[in-house]
Amino acid sequence: MPEAMGFFTDTTICIGCKACEVACKNWNQLPATNGGVTELSGDSYDNTRKLDGTHWRHVKFIEQFEGPYNGRWLMMSDVCKHCVQAGCLEVCPTGAIIRTEFDTVVIQSDVCNGCRACIAACPFGVIDMNPAAGTAQKCTLCYDRMEVGLEPACAKACPTDSIQFGPIAELRTRAQKRVDQLKAQGEKRARLYGDDPNGPLGGLNSFYLLVDEPEVYGLPRDPKLPSRNLKSSGVLSAATGAVLGLVALVGLRKRRMDEIGGGGERGSEN
Amino acid sequence: MGSNMAECHPVAFRWPMKAKLNGAKLIHVDPRFTRTSAVADLHVPIRAGSDIAFLGGLINYVVNSRRWNTDPFFKEFVVNYTNAATIINKDFKDTEELEGVFSGLGSFSEPPGWPYNGFQGRYDTASWQYERDPKPPGPKTEDLIARRAGPPFDDLVRSLKPGPAHRDPTLQNPRCVFQILKRHFGRYTPEMVEQVCGSPKDKFIQVAEALLANSGRDRTSAFAYAVAWTQHTYGVQMISCCALLQLLLGNVGRPGAGVMALRGHAAIQGSTDVPTLYHSIHGYMNAPSALRPHESLRAYMAAETTPTSYYGNTPKFLVSYLKSMYGAAATADNDFGYDWHPKILGDHSHIATFAAMAEGKVKGMCCVGQNPATSLNGSATRLALRQLDWLVVKDNWLTETATYWYQAPEVKDGRVHSGDIKTEIFFFPSTQIAEYDGSFTNTQRMLQWHSKAVDAPGNCRTDTWFYHNLARRLKKAYAGSTAPRDQGWNNLLWEFDPDPGVKPIYPGEPDALKILREINGYMTADPHQHLPGFAALKDDGSTTCASWIYCGCYPAPDQNMSARREPDPPGVPGAHLKWGWAWPANRRVMYNRASADLRGNPWSERKRWVWWDPTFVNPPDPKTGIAPPHGKWVGYDVPDFAVTKAPDAKPKPDGIALDALSGTDAFIMRGDGRGWLFVPTGLLDGPLPTHYEPHESPVQNMLYPEHQMSPVHKVWSAGKPWNPLASVGDPKYPHVITTYRLTEMYLAGAMSRWLPWLAELQPELFIEMGKALAAEKGIRNLDWVIISSPRGHIRAKALVTDRIGVMQIAGKPIHHVGMPWHWGWAGLSTGDVVNDLTAWVGDPNVSIHEGKAFVCNVEKA
Repeated sequence: MPEAMGFFTDTTICIGCKACEVACKNWNQLPATNGGVTELSGDSYDNTRKLDGTHWRHVKFIEQFEGPYNGRWLMMSDVCKHCVQAGCLEVCPTGAIIRTEFDTVVIQSDVCNGCRACIAACPFGVIDMNPAAGTAQKCTLCYDRMEVGLEPACAKACPTDSIQFGPIAELRTRAQKRVDQLKAQGEKRARLYGDDPNGPLGGLNSFYLLVDEPEVYGLPRDPKLPSRNLKSSGVLSAATGAVLGLVALVGLRKRRMDEIGGGGERGSEN
Repeated sequence: MGSNMAECHPVAFRWPMKAKLNGAKLIHVDPRFTRTSAVADLHVPIRAGSDIAFLGGLINYVVNSRRWNTDPFFKEFVVNYTNAATIINKDFKDTEELEGVFSGLGSFSEPPGWPYNGFQGRYDTASWQYERDPKPPGPKTEDLIARRAGPPFDDLVRSLKPGPAHRDPTLQNPRCVFQILKRHFGRYTPEMVEQVCGSPKDKFIQVAEALLANSGRDRTSAFAYAVAWTQHTYGVQMISCCALLQLLLGNVGRPGAGVMALRGHAAIQGSTDVPTLYHSIHGYMNAPSALRPHESLRAYMAAETTPTSYYGNTPKFLVSYLKSMYGAAATADNDFGYDWHPKILGDHSHIATFAAMAEGKVKGMCCVGQNPATSLNGSATRLALRQLDWLVVKDNWLTETATYWYQAPEVKDGRVHSGDIKTEIFFFPSTQIAEYDGSFTNTQRMLQWHSKAVDAPGNCRTDTWFYHNLARRLKKAYAGSTAPRDQGWNNLLWEFDPDPGVKPIYPGEPDALKILREINGYMTADPHQHLPGFAALKDDGSTTCASWIYCGCYPAPDQNMSARREPDPPGVPGAHLKWGWAWPANRRVMYNRASADLRGNPWSERKRWVWWDPTFVNPPDPKTGIAPPHGKWVGYDVPDFAVTKAPDAKPKPDGIALDALSGTDAFIMRGDGRGWLFVPTGLLDGPLPTHYEPHESPVQNMLYPEHQMSPVHKVWSAGKPWNPLASVGDPKYPHVITTYRLTEMYLAGAMSRWLPWLAELQPELFIEMGKALAAEKGIRNLDWVIISSPRGHIRAKALVTDRIGVMQIAGKPIHHVGMPWHWGWAGLSTGDVVNDLTAWVGDPNVSIHEGKAFVCNVEKA
């Protein structure tokens, strides 16, 4: 079996160009929202807003300022984390979600029945329905490209190598060196997120270098698997009900957040 | 400075990011906190348009700094490789003496034949010249012209040689360049920079100290700029000011140094090399002009040849170019057809042409890969378009220029009726880059060949197809005419059809390699014998070469150097000489003789690039059989120097071109072989950069209160109702506005606003404004805002942010706003035309508009 492969995203050299988003859509032939005719979000330069069934890469823009010109502008290209312990895979009733020989997590569209369980199970909000396909979809880490020895389209397109693709073990070493360099240069907040195989979800095969708390980037500090709620198999249906209820709540809250964001206050939150 | 490289040149920005990972420090000086600032180590805000004050401040800081005055490297570089020591004419008066203008300022009156030049004044540059010994004796230029001497034209070139310039290598003479520039920038203090630019003094000093610490024998610093330094009424002087600073710091001609022009979008570099520009013919030779002493071939050569630099070869470049135009018809007897060549009447640049068009002086226009309906002073541009009899638009989509007659704002709101527009508009669908063969020239002057990958849809045709077939039809139309003015057409060499048996990529398509061959050049007697490089060019008609600077890119029918893709191996400090081909002569760093010291040794091991190897055994000359003495310039790059000229070589007394320069004259394109801190010729607006305010500014010029703006900049259609201008400090337009581009969009949008994947990334036009201004005007994020300038008003959604904001200028708060200009009414992502706000004012040297700094008002819609 080949080594575990994945992404290391160094957010400190991300220039927010969104080439990853376009390369992903191009390779995977994902449609633009409403044919490309959409509205300005008002949330910095982020008009994608979230990962979903047709946006498998999403560049976040976080403005941290205290007055004019006084602050920093963080950018981060978000993607499926390809968790070593993957919630989506755990809950998929049809077996559509598989772990590949590259230790990545892939949804097989032709086996997916569109039940949406994985959407709720993902602690990162990565998965959503692709309306064109009628199935749940997300980043495949370009499984089809990897099979023939090519790197994923986003990593290939990234002009600054903010997105790096390779064997996870090698990426972890490289990432730690970069953290050490940044700390030596005075960036004390530099840290890795998801690189620890003993950490949450057994480590993420798409991990990040951040220069602030994970919450700043919209990442959960302590992502959990849905199965943590399962006392035993006997209460599965109850637990599922609870999870679905939670999903509904999360969905409602998220919609409220979006409405607030759309109302124009997002720019001043930071 | 003057560039938002991460957003506008993201692919090239890979390298600054690699440098950053290697420990390089990145500084961004910009009116906005952009995606470039986000990854920079330091962002310094600066008021749009005040860059010369900032750079002048750096110059003043550097020449008075301890480091610059104690490290001998700087003096050695500056005394020997620049004109710091050269003495200037005693009649020269600086801006410090004349309160903001140089000696020689006069008025300009428009010539009746083409009254669209726009100059507000004109300098006589006589007093800016070097103080010299008398001219050496010899035949007079006028006599040689009169008796039609040459070819060869060596005597004509020799007759142009001036006497030697006076120098003071101690730099103490008050009239030497160094002392003049020290006085010139003496008032550009950190405090003045803070007042004029709004840049905090401590941050300015951080920049100055970082530059000093990272310049010298062992370290270099580079500047990158783009159109934010060109689109001003003094843009050329901004770049010149940076070059001056970099020469003082020894940061020219060395690896990791220089002033890098970031261009290359849509082959802009290529389009000036093999020009679509009106004012030059190939290879940056000036276009023959009715306003210059260009009345004959030899008069042109006399006016345009610098005898004591590589440009001493201009007659060879020119004759080879004329052979490419007129082929066998061009002979020594008819001055190689020089008289058939069109001459310009004045400024035929973009705005000047539209100013003439607005007055009904232009009948028709071909718009190929251009979308002027969204361009400068948009409503005036569209007024001009409506005066045309015919308009050809060749593009990928029905752009704004193809649809202005029924969709422009003035048509939609009823001010203009479609039925009243007499213009007949033709639309030609165009191919995209993957659909044809050709080359791109990038910002490194590197040609990269690309091959057709897919068929174009429908009847789309290439631009080469369009012009090839247009030229053939025009040749047919002029055939048989005996009018002297038509003989250029009748004698035009136009042989680009594929050879018999070779299938064109589209019906009627020319062979792209035949065009490349003409650009590269060939032996006139045998077109299959391509020229190996511009050293092979002759002034007798035996060589044919359209563009001397590209000579060598296609040295044999089976060697298209631009198609090469072989990088240097990792870890080697190479120049990647086998990747593509860079003009001139595949050289990657120009003036790289300066990467070695006077004796030809690298300034340091770390900065080794090109050096003199005294032991190199030169092979015998194939013609004479005599081997030159030992020694050769070698290194990682192609040396930018006569390769066997020793560092201690003296100029040949009777020599022209490179023979007139010594072994330390690193700047071989300059007549004195030196980098110019002080520019005696070539610039219309002064030998030294001077801070002026933009034409439209909310503040007075603090450095030169008597001269608010450049005294010679351009205003087109001055006083006409379609180009109204704000006065200084006009209370109706209190804010500074700058216009710019976004990564997600491209130029006027034809290659991005129609593409769903790009349109969704930036779906609408916006204005970026600071929180203080937004609060003052009651504007919330995403509110609709009306932005107005004297030329018009537009609507956009507000992006309220701290990435732009208020600056203290001379103690007065000045709000900055910014707008990307990609939009128009057509396509998927639409918005108002930001250029409806810009004015027809511009730079006197290059006629570019002032789109980066002007004034506006904003109100909640």
